[in-house]
Amino acid sequence: MIRIVHYINQFYAGKGGEEMANLPPEKIEGFVGPGMAFNAGFKGEAEIVATVYCGDSYFNENEGAVDVVMGLIKEENPDIVICGPAFNAGRYGVACGTVAAAVREQLEIPSITGMYEENPGVDMFKSKTIIVKTRNSAAGMRDAVKSMVPLTLKLAKGEELGTPAAEGYFSTGIRKGLFEEKRGSQRAVDMLLKKLAGEPFETEYPMPQFDRVDPSPAIADLASATIALVTSGGIVPKGNPDHIESSSASRYGKYDIEGVDALSGATEETAHGGYDPVAANLDPNRVLPVDVLRDMEKEGIIGKLHRYYYTTVGNGTAVASAKKYAEAIGKELIADGVQAVILTST
Amino acid sequence: MKLELGIIKICDMQFGPESKIEGSTVFVNKEELQKIILEDEHLVSCEIDIAKPGESTRIIPVKDVIEPRVKVDGKGGVFPGWMSKVETVGTGRTNVLKGAAVVTTGKIVGFQEGIIDMSGEGAKYTPFSALNNLVLCLEPVEGTLQYAYEKSVRLAGLKAATYLGELAREIEAEEVRTYETPTLIEGIKLYPELPRVGYVLMLQSQGLLHDTYVYGVDIKHSLTTMIFPTETMDGAIISGNCVSACDKNTTYHHLNNPVIEDLFAQHGKTLNFVGVIITNENVYLADKERSSDWSAKLCAFLGLDGVIISQEGFGNPDTDLIMNCKKIEAKGIKTVIITDEYAGRDGASQSLADADVAADAVVTGGNANTVIQLPKMDKIIGHIESVNVIAGGWDGSLRPDGTIEAELQVITGATNEMGFNRFSAR
Amino acid sequence: MVKEIEKTGIPVVHMCTVVPISLTVGANRIVPTIAIPHPLGNPALPEAEEKALRRGLVTKALKALQTPVDKQTVFEE
Repeated sequence: MIRIVHYINQFYAGKGGEEMANLPPEKIEGFVGPGMAFNAGFKGEAEIVATVYCGDSYFNENEGAVDVVMGLIKEENPDIVICGPAFNAGRYGVACGTVAAAVREQLEIPSITGMYEENPGVDMFKSKTIIVKTRNSAAGMRDAVKSMVPLTLKLAKGEELGTPAAEGYFSTGIRKGLFEEKRGSQRAVDMLLKKLAGEPFETEYPMPQFDRVDPSPAIADLASATIALVTSGGIVPKGNPDHIESSSASRYGKYDIEGVDALSGATEETAHGGYDPVAANLDPNRVLPVDVLRDMEKEGIIGKLHRYYYTTVGNGTAVASAKKYAEAIGKELIADGVQAVILTST
Repeated sequence: MKLELGIIKICDMQFGPESKIEGSTVFVNKEELQKIILEDEHLVSCEIDIAKPGESTRIIPVKDVIEPRVKVDGKGGVFPGWMSKVETVGTGRTNVLKGAAVVTTGKIVGFQEGIIDMSGEGAKYTPFSALNNLVLCLEPVEGTLQYAYEKSVRLAGLKAATYLGELAREIEAEEVRTYETPTLIEGIKLYPELPRVGYVLMLQSQGLLHDTYVYGVDIKHSLTTMIFPTETMDGAIISGNCVSACDKNTTYHHLNNPVIEDLFAQHGKTLNFVGVIITNENVYLADKERSSDWSAKLCAFLGLDGVIISQEGFGNPDTDLIMNCKKIEAKGIKTVIITDEYAGRDGASQSLADADVAADAVVTGGNANTVIQLPKMDKIIGHIESVNVIAGGWDGSLRPDGTIEAELQVITGATNEMGFNRFSAR
Repeated sequence: MVKEIEKTGIPVVHMCTVVPISLTVGANRIVPTIAIPHPLGNPALPEAEEKALRRGLVTKALKALQTPVDKQTVFEE
């Protein structure tokens, strides 16, 4: 019998949502939450012997969290560890990836997790574990379990996996040879026809990510510079007049702070659905430091705090959307003569 | 431009008193051919052997592979600029000895010559293990400079291929394949709805035994230019090339360019195959910039919608490949590139020396660094000790028991970047 | 978001808690912050101290904006 330990977050362990995101690592015997579907999927070939869970904020904010989690896993002497799936939850994805990578490195046993393609955990950990492609929300749990179960068994048995495309996982970057059905030129013609028709096609070698922007020059004279504030932390005027979504935001907001000395819980709040909002709602300056910058403006340290701040919700928002908003914001900032930007994220 | 290929199937090759083709068997008068080859003052000896599919035979170090052809109708002759005058080829009819090849070997010229195994693990990776090969083992007169020796070997291969091709001059082929490229205007009128597709064929031209010739012209001295696809089938492009064995385009590859074949197969159906642009891979940055600028310019001039780009070699040619891709994409033309990879023996390194987001459609011929084990072969044609020095081998690649451990790089044609093979990587 | 704004030529400093994500997404000037729900604050501190903490972080961010960099840089101190 293959012994499995399952790692999940506080939410899937049934311990609560964001308000419990600071929960330290704990362990229970057997399975809970998504573990039930996994365990059923193994049809007796494998068994989840224990489930380790931890709050997402706790995991990401406490360096020692991974060691505690690893200790709890090691005690169970598993053959393989399943983490998540984390779908498009960024902090959960990072936690799953961190644990899965540590399992391979420290325990030298296989691990597997699942994420949506835009989860930052994918780029961070795809070379260090097997990350199965999932949908962007827990609605994709059934599909995720279905694709993760056979891969888990193969990994546990030490069998070779098929190609990332065939088995539905993100390429680990380790190149493996194979014989295709068609010769290369035929595959090139097929690919070109698809590309010309605007149909999806799969490149055989994804270019390494060199998607970097050259750093802009430093600001020379801070005392005369206009500084703008931008945040993905979802700070909005109370009541969220533009109805920015708490997750997968479809828009961004631009709000006037002329004459405002400091943000306040009475007039601002966060629309972000991915973190505990209490601290930000009590004092929104904790996410968007208007108060400090206004002081600095008065003291002549900076030239001016830009009249508008821009805001959106980073939670589960597609990279492509975020990119689109930022392009628009960038244009306006240039037009308004802004010299530098402080962008805060939660 | 229209060319018919008369396909003459060759299933066996034997020595005999008279050179001739009987049924599907080629008979070769060894002495007669030797005499022709040894007219070259730089060559002291020419051993001729036959290597057939399935035999326990290893050919090493392989320099070039050439398919025998003969022009039976139309202008010019095969291998223009070498075996024929420079008159434009690619029309009329050419007979092909399908299933036969001439393979040249001999004392090593460069470090980048390869292995053809006729059976076993290595045979899976090279298309030439499936052919009846007439192997010329050519040795230079002492004191011959390597350039002169390379040229002599190159010409010997062409001579032998032409000699075998002539045997098929009078044969009426049972199977005839027709390839036709309309003029630009005709093409537009014939297929107004189909996407206009071109092929950018990159030719190795690094000098120092890494050269490719077009109608006798060393392509490194040429600006990017155009050629009708059928011209390549008559030997307009030949290899004088000792780049890494796995991803050099032999003359056989140029004669049977798979991109050209597969684009012709779709011509008039799903696409309009407009033409072939040939460009070089020179060693100077200015040359790379200029040549890729010209590739992109010609693609735009032809009003192409899509382009397939094939590479030859690796390392700094990766930059030529990416430049071509990036500049052609910048013209609004969709590209697919064909390359191979040097991802390290563990497959974990970055595969190409250069990269760009524009290269979002890549076909790969596999990781050339993959380590392979080759069994001992009963018969060796050439010089087995070269395995320790050719690219992909190392000191000790050849074990005392005759087996070989080396990188896939050593196998001729294994990771071909025209997409000749089914081998790939993910 | 950071990259798209930076593309315009305006320097951007990214203030965030999960620095590895910022590195992965490609921010060039990064200032690590306190915690995910309150990057620029700490509810456990008295008000004045908390504001001083925030001012310290913003000062660090302004310093980053005044520092020429040629690659991704995390401004730890």
